[in-house]
Amino acid sequence: MADLTINLAGIKAPNPFWLASAPPTNTGYQVQRAFEAGWGGAVWKTLGEPIINTSSRFAAVHFNGQRVAGFNNIELITDRPLEVNLKEIYETKKRFPNHAVVASLMVEPKREKWHEIVKRVEDVGVDGLELNFGCPHGMAERGMGAASGQQPDLVEKQTMWAKEAAKTPVIVKLTPNITDITVTARHAVMGGADAISMINTINSLAGVDIHSWNTIPHVGGKGAHGGYCGPAVKPIALNMVAECARHPEIGVPISGIGGISTWQDAVEFMLMGASGVQICTAAMHHGFRIVEEMIDGLNNYLDEKGIESVMELVGKSVQRYSNWGDLDLNYKVVARINTDTCINCNKCHIACEDTSHQCIDMLTGASGNYLEVREEDCVGCNLCSIVCPVDGAIEMVEIASDLNPMSWNDRQRTLARLNAGQTEMEVV
Amino acid sequence: MEQRIPLRSLAPELLARNFAEAEPGLTPKAAVEESNRCLYCYDAPCIKACPTGINIPSFIKRIATSNLKGAATAIMDANPVGASCSRVCPTEILCEGACVLNDASEPIMIGKLQRYATDWAIQNGRPLFKAGTPNGRKVAIVGGGPAGLSAARELARDGFAVTIYEAKPLAGGLDTHGIVSFRLPQSVSLWEVEQVEKLGVTIRTGVKVGTDVPVSDLMDNFDAVVLAAGMGYVPPLGIEGEFLDGVYDAIQLVEGTKSDELPILALSGARVAVIGAGNTAIDAATCSVRLGAENVKIVYRRTKDEMTAYDFEYEFAKQEGVEFSWLTAPSRIIGDENGKVMHLECVRMQLTEPGADGRRTPVPIEGSEFLMPVDAIVTAIGQKRRTGLIEMFGLAHNRGVVQIDTATHVTSNPKVYAAGDIVFGAGQGEAMVVSAAEQGKRCAHAIREHFASAADDESGPEQVAI
Ligand SMILES: Cc1cc2nc3c(=O)[nH]c(=O)nc-3n(C[C@H](O)[C@H](O)[C@H](O)COP(=O)(O)OP(=O)(O)OC[C@H]3O[C@@H](n4cnc5c(N)ncnc54)[C@H](O)[C@@H]3O)c2cc1C
Ligand SMILES: Cc1cc2nc3c(=O)[nH]c(=O)nc-3n(C[C@H](O)[C@H](O)[C@H](O)COP(=O)(O)O)c2cc1C
Ligand code: SF4
Repeated sequence: MADLTINLAGIKAPNPFWLASAPPTNTGYQVQRAFEAGWGGAVWKTLGEPIINTSSRFAAVHFNGQRVAGFNNIELITDRPLEVNLKEIYETKKRFPNHAVVASLMVEPKREKWHEIVKRVEDVGVDGLELNFGCPHGMAERGMGAASGQQPDLVEKQTMWAKEAAKTPVIVKLTPNITDITVTARHAVMGGADAISMINTINSLAGVDIHSWNTIPHVGGKGAHGGYCGPAVKPIALNMVAECARHPEIGVPISGIGGISTWQDAVEFMLMGASGVQICTAAMHHGFRIVEEMIDGLNNYLDEKGIESVMELVGKSVQRYSNWGDLDLNYKVVARINTDTCINCNKCHIACEDTSHQCIDMLTGASGNYLEVREEDCVGCNLCSIVCPVDGAIEMVEIASDLNPMSWNDRQRTLARLNAGQTEMEVV
Repeated sequence: MEQRIPLRSLAPELLARNFAEAEPGLTPKAAVEESNRCLYCYDAPCIKACPTGINIPSFIKRIATSNLKGAATAIMDANPVGASCSRVCPTEILCEGACVLNDASEPIMIGKLQRYATDWAIQNGRPLFKAGTPNGRKVAIVGGGPAGLSAARELARDGFAVTIYEAKPLAGGLDTHGIVSFRLPQSVSLWEVEQVEKLGVTIRTGVKVGTDVPVSDLMDNFDAVVLAAGMGYVPPLGIEGEFLDGVYDAIQLVEGTKSDELPILALSGARVAVIGAGNTAIDAATCSVRLGAENVKIVYRRTKDEMTAYDFEYEFAKQEGVEFSWLTAPSRIIGDENGKVMHLECVRMQLTEPGADGRRTPVPIEGSEFLMPVDAIVTAIGQKRRTGLIEMFGLAHNRGVVQIDTATHVTSNPKVYAAGDIVFGAGQGEAMVVSAAEQGKRCAHAIREHFASAADDESGPEQVAI
């Protein structure tokens, strides 16, 4: 059994699986149930001035018979009085001293407001704070959440205010609704953030009912954009984590959030630099017990790999994440079809024929029809192996090159040397 | 007199093919698709429908997330013979029958997914469990079938020193010897035996309690005894001619096909009548088909509605070409001049109006006797009770069914627990591998509880104070 404990900027937890600030962490009852089920930490549902929520709040995108590929909500922060939450945080922490309890906070962008709330939540014994600069709806109209999270100077300033009062580590939760997340991440760090977490939800409209013409969800016939999360957002979140992890001026621990629903997702986030993960949709879809499968899977994975502590995973893939301009243009793979396992659905053929490079031939031999790649024409795009329904039936094999590795940037530098006056830009 | 062709055995290659596992396992693709179809229900009915309470949604989610070790562990943790059960459980009336998708679409193939995960564990080869720290207590188990193995596994995990006494040269009980290989290959059962052995359990094979070691040895040298000796071979039919050459016991017939030592019956080209219509009759009938029999008839005095074989077994037998002679009771077996079976004399039956128990009784139709030409007859009308052994232990029983406290499985002797087929019958339990496994577990847990509370009683207050 590997050591699953984590330390995220000084916040310790028995395992890397935390509940994200959202409905699952609304009350002490829920958070305590979650800890009993095995969650390592919880970021309490964002505290602030209690709000009024709409009725009809969530919607989901189902994909080909699988429920909840993506999840959309127009819920705001906590709708319960601060005192009630504080009392329950206190009780929860008392019952579970070794679990991470982090308070998510959102107040108006005013120094004294930040000082006040930080003091009040630290008084009840939280292990850390998470500043919610990410909620994309409702709160933004009040100058909070994403509205302040989209302005790097406001992120920095508010982080600073929180840090002035804070004794526990401060995590800044970033919004993905921005062009370059490393900018706000950097400003959070400049403001003194001990860690950053990402992503909050992405602006979204889950759908439109083609019969009633109403938005999905709608509130009495009217809709508004919500925030998107769940499995569909994972690649977006993973990229944002990776970009921050490899950015030389960020350098603080990351709590990875967005679309994590299995232990494998968690491993990916950790390899890409997250010191732990937060989860909301998967818990909302399956209940707290889903963490058992995550813990068991992670444990077996680490044992299988002979890794003693989950923290050893953190950042292991970061150095492999680079810029397009640094990729080796002389590296070559081609598709190869294993006719023994191929089930002849011909999906690869038509994908390549119609939408890629026309290099998969449909042939007839002694034992019937078969497919073959003309390797000399294959550009190694992976499309065929992506549409192939059978694992391993199409393998992308590396073709040795007699040329030395050369990236676009290498090429540009060489050209520049050869030909002063070259003006093409570096690609980053 | 009709012409009789001498019966032969099929060629070894043909036999090997016929007795190889009939049902293919799921491919990785099928397993991924099927596991992702599972809804991961909360308070899932499938868990409740499994006698051993396997956390089915959990193991299926683990398959879906490429955690096959976790899946196999979840299965085998609840059911020490979970690999065998994945093949022989009547899932239609257990887990799969309870699946909430039955009405909505198609139930999840729980048995096949269970097999997929446990097959992985078999191939992977590494043990899933560890023995507990020795607690200084010793338990003897009589019988190394599903019930005995299950009790042994749980006791070993709790730190008991366990010795299984098994009369046959190989442990595993009917999983190893009695259920046809094309449904349950012997290697699967032997893997389960090995898992139990790897926890430090001593399995003394070829030792029959009551014959090779006296019952008193066990009673004197162990802190507790689990009686898990199952049932015996098929009881006599009580009709004339049943000892003629060519009359076989269904369980012995199957056993012969699962053992290297016993001769394979020469049934190639034979006309076989199987008497009875329970699970054993189906196994014996399909086994005969695969031994090369030309024609196999199941002869049963009631109708399809009363037979105890499961629907899927009936379907399987029909697919194998087995014929059914309903409302037909054997009355006499007639042999030729060499004492070899030649005819089964039968009488046609009819059912009476339902009696007090709601069951309709078959009564012979007078003068309807007829002769069924046969080369072999297989009896499959049930299993004998181990009354002799039970009496050697001095246990209270109801015509060979050991009387137990259903919660703890303790018998009339507080030191002796009983589980499996030996407690089945007289309205008590089901003769299934999975229920034997669950009962074995219960015995083990009751023994653990017993000694835990005994330990509490022994420790005085001053000991508690440290
Ligand atoms: C032909 C057939 C097909 C079946 N098919 C199915 C099926 O598809 N699905 C299903 O769930 N169930 C099936 N069953 C029932 C199932 O096999 C039994 O319910 C189950 O094996 C009972 O387990 P057990 O451990 O109680 O007994 P057993 O499996 O009978 O094991 C008892 C063991 O005790 C040993 N033993 C007996 N006496 C002594 C002694 N004195 N000393 C030492 N050892 C002793 C025996 O050799 C044996 O190994 C079938 C049974 C038969 C006969
Ligand atoms: C219904 C709902 C309410 C949420 N409320 C909050 C909130 O109050 N504060 C916050 O920081 N994030 C909130 N989130 C965002 C989540 O914490 C998380 O960042 C996001 O859902 C991505 O994770 P997931 O893909 O695992 O769901 C909410 C998400 C949902 C679905
Ligand atoms: S989950 Fe259903 S029952 Fe529960 S609050 Fe929401 S709408 Fe109501």
